[in-house]
Amino acid sequence: MNLLEVNSIDTYIGQSHILEGVSLAVPRGSITALLGRNGAGKTTTLRSIIGLLAPRNGKILFDGAEIDGKPAYVVAAKGIGYVPENRAIFKALTVEENLIIAERKKGDLARHTDLIFDLFPDLRTFYKRMGGNLSGGQQQMLAIARALVPDNSLLLIDEPSEGLAPIIVEGIVNALRKLAQNVTVLLVEQNFQMAADLADRYAILDDGKVAASGLMPDLVNDRATISKYLGVN
Amino acid sequence: MKQLKNAQPALITGAVVILFLLALFGRFEPKVAVSVLLSGLTLGALYFMMSAGLSLIFGLMDVLNFAHGFLFMLGAYVGLALFNAPFLAGLDSNLRFVLALVAGGAGMAVLGAIMEWSLIRPLYSRPIYQVLLTLGLTFVGGEAIKAIWGTAGFFMPIPAFFNGNGPNCPSPDFFSFFKDNCSSILILGRAFPSYRLFVIALGLAMFFAVILLLRKTRLGIIIRAGVQDSEMVQALGINVRRVFTLVFVIGAGLAGIGGVAAAPFIGVNLGIGQEFLLQAFISIVIGGMGSFSGAAIGALLVGLARAFGDQLVLSGIQLPFMTEMIKLSPSIARASTVIIMAIVLLIRPAGLLGKKE
Repeated sequence: MNLLEVNSIDTYIGQSHILEGVSLAVPRGSITALLGRNGAGKTTTLRSIIGLLAPRNGKILFDGAEIDGKPAYVVAAKGIGYVPENRAIFKALTVEENLIIAERKKGDLARHTDLIFDLFPDLRTFYKRMGGNLSGGQQQMLAIARALVPDNSLLLIDEPSEGLAPIIVEGIVNALRKLAQNVTVLLVEQNFQMAADLADRYAILDDGKVAASGLMPDLVNDRATISKYLGVN
Repeated sequence: MKQLKNAQPALITGAVVILFLLALFGRFEPKVAVSVLLSGLTLGALYFMMSAGLSLIFGLMDVLNFAHGFLFMLGAYVGLALFNAPFLAGLDSNLRFVLALVAGGAGMAVLGAIMEWSLIRPLYSRPIYQVLLTLGLTFVGGEAIKAIWGTAGFFMPIPAFFNGNGPNCPSPDFFSFFKDNCSSILILGRAFPSYRLFVIALGLAMFFAVILLLRKTRLGIIIRAGVQDSEMVQALGINVRRVFTLVFVIGAGLAGIGGVAAAPFIGVNLGIGQEFLLQAFISIVIGGMGSFSGAAIGALLVGLARAFGDQLVLSGIQLPFMTEMIKLSPSIARASTVIIMAIVLLIRPAGLLGKKE
């Protein structure tokens, strides 16, 4: 059964028509990778789902309920965590405050502290440090950890490996693999190898349209599609 | 090294304040200097009551609220009306003053909520329209006050707690003040109005109350996060518009309380809103737009500049190579705050505690 269904959405930024009839499905319990070149519309898709952009046409269903056009705070409160591409951690807040602000119910953080510190031990060490004083990798860990504080059933993660050293990316991959045991993930990633390692399913966006979708093992063996749409040989 | 870099604004601020005070203190006798310093702190406290709300509202909502001066002024009028209300005539002036403070603060908070909800909220994506709207509200509000209270200024009596004139006055120290409630207290042998000390204390209380709110509560964390990235706050499931309204309410309430507190000191008239708004804008530009602590430091500097500027105008300046004192125009005192703003912006374009865009 699909936890998230995006049906033929059209999203504009100003007058620019960015998403043209995009449809995709994210089965419950899966990691689905949203792939594509720069400017294909991957980030716009995530922003449309979370409610930061309102699609002009089409429907978005989360757990069977329509969420398209609803404000982001309503969509997020339904159980969707968002990790944006620039991480968007609050740099003038401590790690602890960055996590407290993500609580939707009192006690959310206390219930998930062990999970967060197990996945990202650095955050325990730097719990009282300002977000702006963390390294890029630690900021990414904090951005993901923040999405784990409330009881989210879907995580939208945008480019978690962007700008990080390979060793840090490996840590992030391991963390995502662990947390995917309990939560569904829609992952936007330019690093095809990382996406292929993690995801069960994929959808490729090309110029605002879905060009291909299916099971990840099939894509891994389809070098022509990979080369055509992702520029990876 | 990084910590030193982070502390740079605070170090610069400290150095500016210390240099400023040293430069001015040396020119006056100690008792005069302390008296002027306290006058500056009084003005600074009043400027802070206005700039605190302006800074919070701008920091979180990117709204330059020109109507803030109107809220300050209306708070003073509402407070005065309640203070003089016939149905409260049986109460002593202290209680009436406390009620006036509460009414000024609460009344402006409610008005702020209505303003934000009905007028400003539909214009969040149109900042120029917001400026025009809040500017227009200032004029409309000013005319409404004229229609209700007329153009004449009013004087609000100082409450009895700060207005005693018994045989033991002026009070030689604070302990005696609490016994005799003298209108002034001797500080280094020079009498200083006790009400003005109350204004300083009120400003400090408001500063620490807001700091506690910002640092120790979840609402404060949300406000500080919203100042940095309100979109992300929303994506975490928080209705940031509701927080906007709340911040507007807090800011308007602080302005209302400020207006009432200023009334016994500067009177109640149609000019106080604009005068204080200008100084509050200068304060938040000096402190750094959107920084609450910056607004407090800016208000302090502006208040001190006005007080010491006025004193320099009164006493004149004696230069070593001239036999006669140079008499300054009173305009210099008023311009001093703008001069300080220009100097600060030359050194730190984002203001003392502002972040580079």
